[in-house]
Amino acid sequence: MADREYAYYSGCSLEGTAVEYDISVRRVMEALGIRLSEPEDWSCCGSTPAHTVDHLLAAALAARNLTIIEKMGFNTVITPCPSCMMAFKKAHHRMKEDIRFKDEVNSLLDEPYNLNVQSKSALQIIIEDIGLEKVKERVTHVMPDLKVAPYYGCILNRPPEIAQFDDPENPLSMDKIFTAIGVEVCDFAFKVECCGAAYGVPKRDMVNELTYKILSMAVDCGANCVAVACPLCQQNLDLRQQQVNIRKNTSFNIPVLYFSQIMGLAYGYSPEEMVIDKLVVNPDSLISSRITLSQWNEMKAREAEASKAKKKEKKNIEKIEEET
Amino acid sequence: MRVGVFICHCGNNIAGTIDVARVAEETRKIPGVVYATTYMYTCSEPGQEEIKEAIKREGLDRVVVAACSPRMHEMTFRRTVEKAGLNRYFFEMANIREHISWVGEDKEFNTRKAIDVVRMAVAKVMQNRPLFSSSFKINKRVLVMGGGVAGMQAALDCADGGLEVVIVEKSQSIGGMMARLDKTFPTIDCSICILGPKMVDVAQHEKIKLYAYSEIDEIKGYVGNYQVKIRKKATYVDWSKCTGCGACMEKCPSKNAYDYFNFGVAPTKAINIPFPQAIPKKAKIDPNYCRQFTKGKCGVCAKICPTKAIDYEMKDEIITEEVGAIIVATGYSLIDMDMLPEYGGGRYPDVISGIQYERLLNASGPTAGHIERPSDHEEPKTIVFVSCAGSRDKSIGIPYCSNFCCMYIAKQAILTKDHISDSQSYVFYMDIRSPGKGYDEFTRRAQEEYGVHYIRGRVSRIYPKGKKLVVRGADTLLGTQVEIEADLVVLATAVISNKDAAYMAEKLHISYDTFGFYVESHPKLRPVETNTSGVFLAGACQGPKDIPASVGQGSAAASKILALFSGETLESDPAVARVNINACVGCLKCVKTCPFGAIKEKELRDGRVVADVIETVCAGCGVCTSTCPCGAIQLQHFTDNQILAEVNALCLI
Ligand SMILES: Cc1cc2nc3c(=O)[nH]c(=O)nc-3n(C[C@H](O)[C@H](O)[C@H](O)COP(=O)(O)OP(=O)(O)OC[C@H]3O[C@@H](n4cnc5c(N)ncnc54)[C@H](O)[C@@H]3O)c2cc1C
Ligand code: SF4
Ligand code: SF4
Repeated sequence: MADREYAYYSGCSLEGTAVEYDISVRRVMEALGIRLSEPEDWSCCGSTPAHTVDHLLAAALAARNLTIIEKMGFNTVITPCPSCMMAFKKAHHRMKEDIRFKDEVNSLLDEPYNLNVQSKSALQIIIEDIGLEKVKERVTHVMPDLKVAPYYGCILNRPPEIAQFDDPENPLSMDKIFTAIGVEVCDFAFKVECCGAAYGVPKRDMVNELTYKILSMAVDCGANCVAVACPLCQQNLDLRQQQVNIRKNTSFNIPVLYFSQIMGLAYGYSPEEMVIDKLVVNPDSLISSRITLSQWNEMKAREAEASKAKKKEKKNIEKIEEET
Repeated sequence: MRVGVFICHCGNNIAGTIDVARVAEETRKIPGVVYATTYMYTCSEPGQEEIKEAIKREGLDRVVVAACSPRMHEMTFRRTVEKAGLNRYFFEMANIREHISWVGEDKEFNTRKAIDVVRMAVAKVMQNRPLFSSSFKINKRVLVMGGGVAGMQAALDCADGGLEVVIVEKSQSIGGMMARLDKTFPTIDCSICILGPKMVDVAQHEKIKLYAYSEIDEIKGYVGNYQVKIRKKATYVDWSKCTGCGACMEKCPSKNAYDYFNFGVAPTKAINIPFPQAIPKKAKIDPNYCRQFTKGKCGVCAKICPTKAIDYEMKDEIITEEVGAIIVATGYSLIDMDMLPEYGGGRYPDVISGIQYERLLNASGPTAGHIERPSDHEEPKTIVFVSCAGSRDKSIGIPYCSNFCCMYIAKQAILTKDHISDSQSYVFYMDIRSPGKGYDEFTRRAQEEYGVHYIRGRVSRIYPKGKKLVVRGADTLLGTQVEIEADLVVLATAVISNKDAAYMAEKLHISYDTFGFYVESHPKLRPVETNTSGVFLAGACQGPKDIPASVGQGSAAASKILALFSGETLESDPAVARVNINACVGCLKCVKTCPFGAIKEKELRDGRVVADVIETVCAGCGVCTSTCPCGAIQLQHFTDNQILAEVNALCLI
């Protein structure tokens, strides 16, 4: 049974290179009692290609989608891709601040956008609307071998006056979710470093340099995988890992998962259901040790029992030694 | 009635965008005006002479000067007309500079507006009544709030001038921030060596009474006659018995109390004397950490204390002191490092603030003057200083410069080299601000003699790498990114006002700016006065400033008070509220609205209750006037009739 319903804008990446993000987010949301409604006839969000050449066009592209969502009667849209989310948030913000700009944008649209839709990342919905209590409740499985470096990327929480969520320098939303579902989180200093974003195409060397730094830091802080919330970050860190290895003479082999995939695995979805095999660096060795929560609890209880017995034994020995 | 009007050119300030000749010409047509002229600088000596002569020559009985803001020269001209024999309230000022010539460019429009404003002033002056101030006796004692270097200087100067002084210091000891410093720029003299003797002077001066660990609860009254309620906070140690021997501190088992004096560099005991030179040198219990308070049992200090000074039952005590003037010298605070998450202060133990570093350098600090990293107590070899950490940063709401950090960074970098000869210091800076006497030479010395490496650019991020901290920033002179692997990072955290600054300002009826710093009466000409007479400012509570400037202000505030108290009485301002007892119905709404508590109820001989204004307390704000349903309470010099005359002059022509 769904508790809540939101509009859901997947965007083009999640239909192609990042289908596993799309599928895992949808499943996790379902598990958390959220129904998602996809706007019909959605179009480009107006990010990278449009906003680098024409702000008006970019805003119009974003607003077209927001108009459709507005007409569906939703006041919130979940946009898992940070680029889409920022495109929406920026268009909304600027139209709200500047009435002339709003009129200009609306003059390009068939139907005007009336500023009634908030765009939020899946993380924001999970933290603010669903709550960590519920996130924890749904857990069925434990992955004892996972040590995650949570990587947020540079635009998920920035600029803060537009993002209006989490800390711009030391975001914690993903950290909190992982802790809630019992996954070990590492103290990762490069949470918001730039991964090079779309420069992977025109300036590959530069992007390799940046991803090299992020991956090194992840390994240095003791992580064995990286969690992301952005298709572009995922691609740069995962797909380009081999490029980095060749260029920098390194041997990184660190899986890069969407945070939603990790949540899904903790909620009992199979690796197939979380489309794990689409990742380039294979995380199988980390997640094959996954066990159910009840097995885990039994194991913990046994361990506790054993250590208690050991203590008792030790005490007894001490006692005997004292007496003799 | 014979009104004379003097229209000022103020050089080109007014005449540049107002046709003053035409204003004079139009003014002459106003009924009642018998004389109107223009003058180049009316406030100059010949300008004032011209007014006096015209009063005699033309037989004027009212005067209007159309010039600058009354805040600038109203007093000047009131004295002028008084010297010519008129009551000083038979004078009005029309502000045609700040309100017209400086803000409008259209000369024709400005001229017409100036004519209107002059017409209003003429209408008002014709309604004015003569007012006379009365004199009242003053209490020549001084309250100094805050015992930092500024407050101490002010207190000593007042006391040396023969006035009795009461110092109220919020913390356990006087000394303020300066007591925490190691050496001071630009002479690198030991801070406590120059401050300590002053602290002793304060303690021993027969005219100074010190309330340490005390706060102001309430301030009532007015210049010359304040009643101040002081809360002596419970220290749980009877200071009349405590000898400051420190035995309690040695034996106290609670070892993890937060050390406010050392800014948390190391923990302290739950009962402590903050530093060896503390004045008063008395112990105090921190009930948040004391086991007697947190666990209900311990009592070690009570057993140990040779004079039986410990009193776990002690309560706050309220004392009332009467004074005639107040010097506010409450100093400043620093931002918390977690306001700068990109630098990791608070998360990484080896990222510390400038004041914490000052304590590490200090021989009587927690490390006895050995510089060591908080994380592993090792001696750092590479130290990076980050200037403007939070200052000049609009994004966190601190657009201003903190004034002294450029200088203390240079000082600390020099001292670092003195302490650790094989160390290398780096300073990231936006620009080096060192405009004081000998200051620029000092920062150059740091670079040229001590080899401190200055890098012009901002730091973007600090992150740990093994045992080191990587400081990544821009070198804007080279146009590249730089990364320095540091053992210790020192942030010059921004200066902010105290948390209770606004709250204290309301008690004192003084103004504060957007950032909580107290506002002086005039930024250039009245730097230590406030707009509330009798209340003066000194030190960093007015804005970030270094020791020389703070001390200068302390002395300045003292000299202002010595001048104020040079006679036995003060003159009251007669422009206060007055009740017409025939119209007052005794509803006493005004009593409730008056923000200064200046209105009392009074019973007349016939038993009727009416409102009564205490002339010396009334600040002339006029709130009561608009509250009174009967128009019975009127602010003298701003009565309804006077204001309506102005409105009519503007609207009924
Ligand atoms: C790291 C660092 C290094 C520095 N080095 C130098 C240097 O080398 N040379 C130099 O010239 N300057 C230096 N300074 C600046 C110096 O600290 C100030 O100029 C100076 O302390 C200002 O003195 P003050 O009396 O105005 O304020 P403070 O020193 O802040 O004193 C204010 C006093 O008022 C008390 N108080 C606060 N609120 C109340 C209240 N409500 N009621 C009663 N009492 C109250 C406080 O407890 C305190 O004792 C340095 C500052 C820092 C942070
Ligand atoms: S004094 Fe120097 S370091 Fe401090 S805020 Fe001003 S410019 Fe920055
Ligand atoms: S408000 Fe007016 S009528 Fe009422 S008590 Fe005050 S002066 Fe009298």
